Amino acid sequence: MSIADLKSGQKATITDISSESIPLKLLEMGCLPGNAVEVIKIAKIKDPLYLNINDTFLAIRLETAKDILVKLIDQ
Amino acid sequence: MRQINVALVGNPNTGKTSVFNSLTGLNQKVGNYPGITVEKKEGVTKLSRVLKAHIIDLPGTYSLNASSLDENIVIELLLNKNDKDYPNVVVVVSDIENLKRNLLLFTQIKDLGLPTILAINMADRMDRKGISLDIPKLEEQLKTKIALISSRKNTGFDKLKNLIANYKQLSTEACCNASRVDPEYFGNLKKTFPDQNTYKLWLVITQDANFGNLDRNQIKSKTKSFEPKSQSELKRLQQKEIIARYTFINDTLKQTLTKDINAAKGLRASLDRLLMHRIWGYLIFAVILLLIFQVIYDWAAYPMDLIDESFASFSEWTKNTLPAGQFTNLIAEGIIPGIGGIVIFIPQIAFLFLFISILEESGYMSRVVFLTDKIMKKFGLSGKSIVPLVSGTACAIPAVMASRNIENWKERLITILVIPFTTCSARLPVYLIIIALVIPDKSFLGVFNYQGLVLLLLYFIGFGMAVFSAWLLHKVMKTSQKTYFVVEMPNYKVPLPKNVLITVVDKTKSFVFGAGKIILAISIILWVLASYGPNDKFKNAEDIVNTEVKTENLDLTQEELDTKISSYKLRHSYIGYMGKGIEPVVQPLGYDWKIGIAVISSFAAREVFVGTLATIYSVGSENEETIKKRMSKEVNPVFGGKLFNLASGISLLLFYAFAMQCMSTLAVVKRETNTWKWPIFQLVFMTGFAYIVSLIAYQLLK
Repeated sequence: MSIADLKSGQKATITDISSESIPLKLLEMGCLPGNAVEVIKIAKIKDPLYLNINDTFLAIRLETAKDILVKLIDQ
Repeated sequence: MRQINVALVGNPNTGKTSVFNSLTGLNQKVGNYPGITVEKKEGVTKLSRVLKAHIIDLPGTYSLNASSLDENIVIELLLNKNDKDYPNVVVVVSDIENLKRNLLLFTQIKDLGLPTILAINMADRMDRKGISLDIPKLEEQLKTKIALISSRKNTGFDKLKNLIANYKQLSTEACCNASRVDPEYFGNLKKTFPDQNTYKLWLVITQDANFGNLDRNQIKSKTKSFEPKSQSELKRLQQKEIIARYTFINDTLKQTLTKDINAAKGLRASLDRLLMHRIWGYLIFAVILLLIFQVIYDWAAYPMDLIDESFASFSEWTKNTLPAGQFTNLIAEGIIPGIGGIVIFIPQIAFLFLFISILEESGYMSRVVFLTDKIMKKFGLSGKSIVPLVSGTACAIPAVMASRNIENWKERLITILVIPFTTCSARLPVYLIIIALVIPDKSFLGVFNYQGLVLLLLYFIGFGMAVFSAWLLHKVMKTSQKTYFVVEMPNYKVPLPKNVLITVVDKTKSFVFGAGKIILAISIILWVLASYGPNDKFKNAEDIVNTEVKTENLDLTQEELDTKISSYKLRHSYIGYMGKGIEPVVQPLGYDWKIGIAVISSFAAREVFVGTLATIYSVGSENEETIKKRMSKEVNPVFGGKLFNLASGISLLLFYAFAMQCMSTLAVVKRETNTWKWPIFQLVFMTGFAYIVSLIAYQLLK
């Protein structure tokens, strides 16, 4: 599954990035395999997605989110 | 006194500029880096009785992997030992809540072997956020000295200055060496260039930009033997480098930072819930915009009237006090009204920048980016286009530059192309004076002033046109590049009054001196053109008019006679002939030749319009009146009646709303797009469109 499949409020761990063309900037902001990601629960806007990745709050578009694969953290 | 160079670097939104302001106070200047339009902020602070620090506030960047012109500046300075600003010491400004991410840049700079201090800003929030740090341990791991500072509470700066002064004691050893990513490759680099810092070479090899004194091709020619690296391999290595650095940082922080998670949430979540709500969020944004424009209109009116009147009486005073002659006329009729035409806009521009900088500083602007992305995407723009489009209401030039952080080239190009449609502050003076002349000063429902509403409407028209033409361009332009969009959502902050004030002063100053120079020069040229004529008709104006009056047996008062003479003179001056030449072109829009001249001179800068009319109307007139009174007195030469009526007024407003009339913007667009194709396209398309719309409006309304 990818970040795009997460429901708001769900937490997951990034496992892999499936696109070669993922912007370096996103990695620099902490979007790396092993780091935690949470979809912030606010207003029901689905695109862009409001995320907390590795303690950085950022927004990305749905299409980019599809390239970031994750594993759900059991709660 | 000895002086050392200090470079301030850091991520965006870390309060780096507040730190810079706290260190230098008002002892700073803003210029440009040579050849490009990136703002260069530098200032001086005293460290001790014998030592001064020259501080440069470098553009915010997340890393040393440059993806924009602004970020190139940072790398270029840090790599170039021969630059006169090359730092003796680097201060990396980081904020406590994003320490992890901020340290990425820190470890990269450390790898360059520069003495580096870590300044952790917003330290006053640590308790509230439940964060504690083991400073000695962190200093040891990062091989640096740390200053905990707070630009809000103004604490920790003595310590920081002290560390800067003793920069020679700082370790220059790397804390996380990039060579661990690929020891073989980096080992070969080291062997080939034993005198160079390996990480520096790596940066030069991987960047898209070329750096002044380090020639990439020269390096590459020597690395061929062991160069395994295709572009994608290089990129993978860069990714590995980032991962390695984060691993180091995560380990380090695990040992030194503890965070009580329960304390961390609160304000952000509740404000986000409201401001980013899918209904309330948009409503609040609309209300904020509405308020801003009402305030700009209402509040600025008082100082503006005052300025207008003072310049009129100053001009009259000059005329009566100085000895009569051409030189006095130049001052009273050319220079003083010209300067008045600049000064009068200071209140509005200051208010506009006040609000824009509050929106940016508070963190609200990023929420607007978030809210608008989905809509903007449909028009080929990005949520990030909202910042250039909103700051385009101040001036298109910084707005075009603000589009640099849009990652996708097509979205960025479209943003640049449509920015000039947004209502910049240079249009404001034209709008204000025309609105004051042709729109009644009455209220609607007792609250909204008609004049204010028309102004707001003009802003919407400009914005709507920007979005509409973006959509057209989006449909026409094809691209295969995948779009992406990353935007940080910073914490909410109460804007620091000092920062806001400094921004307002800076921007207003650069308007007054930048645009002011052009306006003043044009005012003087216009005065000369209006005060001299190419033939005897100008020189003998009095005789000719007198004879004419006599032969036709007209009964005129002295005042009427004077007016007749001066308007005869104006008609036969250089500018009169030029104006007559273009009259056929502007007449269908409802303008006379004087407005035509003002429109033409507006191509240097729109705000020249009012100054030009002020100069043209004041030449040869005896009483000094305000610009507004003079304009309302003008009579249409062809149809009679007031020259500035609803039809010609609306036509003028629309012309200024759409036409591309700013040489400086064209120059910046050329620089940012690297070709004349786009600025010429803007000029032709926008001005042609403006002409047609104004023509239709005038013909329908008249």
